[in-house]
Amino acid sequence: MSEHVWVKNDCDIAWCPGCGNHGILNILGKTLAALQLPPQTTVLVSGIGQAAKIPQYCNTHFFNGLHGRALPPATAIKASNPGLTVIAESGDGDMYGEGGNHFLHCIRRNPNITNIVHNNMVYGLTKGQASPTSQQGFTTPLQIDGVVAEPFNPLTVAIALKASFVARAYVGNPEQTQAILQAAIKHKGYALVDILQPCVTFNKHNTYQWFKEHTQSLPEDHDPTDQLQAFARAGEAEQLYLGIFYRQEKPVFEEQLVAYQADKRPLFQRQLDPDKLAASMQAMG
Amino acid sequence: MTNRPSLQVNLMFGGEAGQGLQTLGLVLARALRGGGLHVFAVNEFMSRIRGGSNSLVLRAADSPVRSPSDRIDCCVLLDSDALPRLADRLGEESLLVGDPALFSSEQGVTPLPLKELSKQAGGAVFGNSIVCGFILRMLGWELAPLNTALAHTFSDAQIQEKNRRAAQLGWEYAENLAGRFPLPLDQQAHNRLLLDGSQVVALGAVAGGCNFISSYPMSPATGVLIHLARLAADHGIVVEQAEDEISAVNMGIGAWYAGARALVSTSGGGFDLMGEGLSLAGIMELPLVIHIAQRPGPGTGLPTRTEQGDLEIARYSGHGEYPRAILAPGSPEEAYDCARHAFTMADASQSPVLLLTDQYLLDSLYDIETLPLPHEPPKSEIVATEANYERYAASATGLSPRGVPGLGQGFVCVDSDEHDAQGRITEDFDTRVAMVDKRMAKGRLLETSLALPPRLYGPQLYHTLLISWGSTGPTIEEALKQLALPEVALLHCTQVYPLPQEMAAYLERAKRIIVVENNATGQFARLLRAETGCTIDDQWLKYNGLAFSVEEIIASLRKEGGNE
Ligand SMILES: Cc1ncc(C[n+]2csc(CCOP(=O)(O)OP(=O)(O)O)c2C)c(N)n1
Repeated sequence: MSEHVWVKNDCDIAWCPGCGNHGILNILGKTLAALQLPPQTTVLVSGIGQAAKIPQYCNTHFFNGLHGRALPPATAIKASNPGLTVIAESGDGDMYGEGGNHFLHCIRRNPNITNIVHNNMVYGLTKGQASPTSQQGFTTPLQIDGVVAEPFNPLTVAIALKASFVARAYVGNPEQTQAILQAAIKHKGYALVDILQPCVTFNKHNTYQWFKEHTQSLPEDHDPTDQLQAFARAGEAEQLYLGIFYRQEKPVFEEQLVAYQADKRPLFQRQLDPDKLAASMQAMG
Repeated sequence: MTNRPSLQVNLMFGGEAGQGLQTLGLVLARALRGGGLHVFAVNEFMSRIRGGSNSLVLRAADSPVRSPSDRIDCCVLLDSDALPRLADRLGEESLLVGDPALFSSEQGVTPLPLKELSKQAGGAVFGNSIVCGFILRMLGWELAPLNTALAHTFSDAQIQEKNRRAAQLGWEYAENLAGRFPLPLDQQAHNRLLLDGSQVVALGAVAGGCNFISSYPMSPATGVLIHLARLAADHGIVVEQAEDEISAVNMGIGAWYAGARALVSTSGGGFDLMGEGLSLAGIMELPLVIHIAQRPGPGTGLPTRTEQGDLEIARYSGHGEYPRAILAPGSPEEAYDCARHAFTMADASQSPVLLLTDQYLLDSLYDIETLPLPHEPPKSEIVATEANYERYAASATGLSPRGVPGLGQGFVCVDSDEHDAQGRITEDFDTRVAMVDKRMAKGRLLETSLALPPRLYGPQLYHTLLISWGSTGPTIEEALKQLALPEVALLHCTQVYPLPQEMAAYLERAKRIIVVENNATGQFARLLRAETGCTIDDQWLKYNGLAFSVEEIIASLRKEGGNE
């Protein structure tokens, strides 16, 4: 399968030339093609932001919802039809700021979905305010004297919550990023892939050059089943490690729902049984 | 003169939270229903888990009773605070019953030594069965219907037996009061359902094909969530307690997108958090059903009391313009029907439908003849898509065939941005206008073919038209039944927005219009004026946190008669 199956070539793309989003779209197309997934059973769910426009440029189902709210519908779509491949994708402001609570609780639920976050450490669509992952001292038209708050580290949070798959990638390393994405989508359970991505227009600090100097792959001997080691390496602030920090197989959300114990069909194929309803009325009343 | 049902008794029970008033009410209601009576119980409780002072009013009669009454025939005081707290709801006619250890005979309390009898029965937990036995004797009944109710309520044989013995102790103690409130005992078994409003809404949702609920707990909406959780295994329902209401509503929308029939249950404060989600369903043209269980606001307000204060937030919540429908049932039969119909309506119009109930309706216990089963299982109007499928293809009605991912060859693309026919983002002005027109066109269905028409009770040729919506309806109906006024009718509305097309004609025929609402500012009156231009001559409003009683409506009707 070629990536052109997935990536639309006839649309007017709203990203700046040189934006990391182009690279992510390209890698995503290649990843999905390599996995040979049918686009008819794949759903991209996103919020609002420049990153969250990615489904618009893809040939598959999409639910381009509200800012910060990709994970709840993604979870519900998976729970309504477990046969679908569901990918929830947005920017760092969307997923970790506006959607922070959903991020925490989606990890706890562990639906079998992939969560891709385009982390450019800035709000792109709203023209350059600080994001939860902006570094301290980062100046913007709004944070005039620089960001004061401690940056949010999505990886250490996810590892602390025992997320079933936690990885970081950098768009400047396309092969590695594709390998990580493939593993994440194949992984059974919630999988976080935080992809570092320069914003060429609004983040003049975390540039391609900066990422090149500040990232390196996890050591060969990294053991992704070791939570403490994963936590320590994910917390490293000087050098940002890339790779799969942590993984752990555990029961997934939708498979534990009582609705699927006796019947595996998606909800849209089912029908009410009026006799059962009559029985429920009698039992209650 | 009033035509009060000749054979009826109104019983009140006052006690602390944690004393099991609700179980007492349920067991007694089961016993009375089993003996052939119609029953109705209103729970009134404070927002706390222990202590405080709660009450339960149980009405039983030989004909259906469906409204709160201020006339109390007998009040059983289960703790010492009950008397001062309930005193102003009791009258000359009320027989007070209480433990002599708590009340003196100078207080006019007929003794029932509950503490002592409970000790004999095996502990304080048996107090409720003692009270039930005592009550049955006052009706002139034997214990058989109570024993059946106890067997229905407690599965453990030993516990049943202990409760039966406790009931016997109470029954024996009421010797001097035997037959004080005589009611006929029909020995035939009775199968009428005994359900509270939350159960009815949950069953109605299932009848409407609901197979997904995501909600965040909030009184008085939680009951529906719990009942659906209990029904989940039998009916294949996905149940999820969301991390907050924002997640709950976005899950509900995602579920409908994927082909589920989803419900979200909340109360006013939670619904406030759902505004953006509601608006999302509007632009995505996805069906959505939200149950809003009203309680008095603003803020946290009175969490366990009742009010009809959220009509306007239901009407106006969510930015932008798009159609929606608001259903507001009054009786349990209407609650079942509205809950069921909300799913049909949402699915057929691809729009959000809000089901507006209140604490009074949800927490009251009703006996119900039957709840109709759907002739055919409800089915979502979804299509298998072709390769060139367009989710928002133009059409005359505004409706485009709805596909779901995983059914057919096309892609189902839905977008919170303004979009073209394919569902892809656009800023083209002509497309914008076409999409707004398309969305608004669907609203027509909600006031015509899908609408629930209002119901007229009373004379066709009326001078004065009372208007009710939601839970005030049955109380006004009972008041009108008692007074039988020749020129006063009630128009009861279960669909409050958009107004069904039949509304205007009813309003035009009235010389005088009075809107009765459980709120402080007359929200439905305002909506009627805005939508129809009609003149509202008077408003009867109540907003202390309790529902109208039948006597209050009768008193207002009498005053109204004097005005004419
Ligand atoms: C409820 C709500 N609040 C605010 C916004 C405005 N808004 C849109 S995108 C965005 C942040 C964008 O940053 P990020 O999510 O990191 O994505 P990026 O554009 O950088 O890819 C904001 C604040 C909105 N659309 N909705």
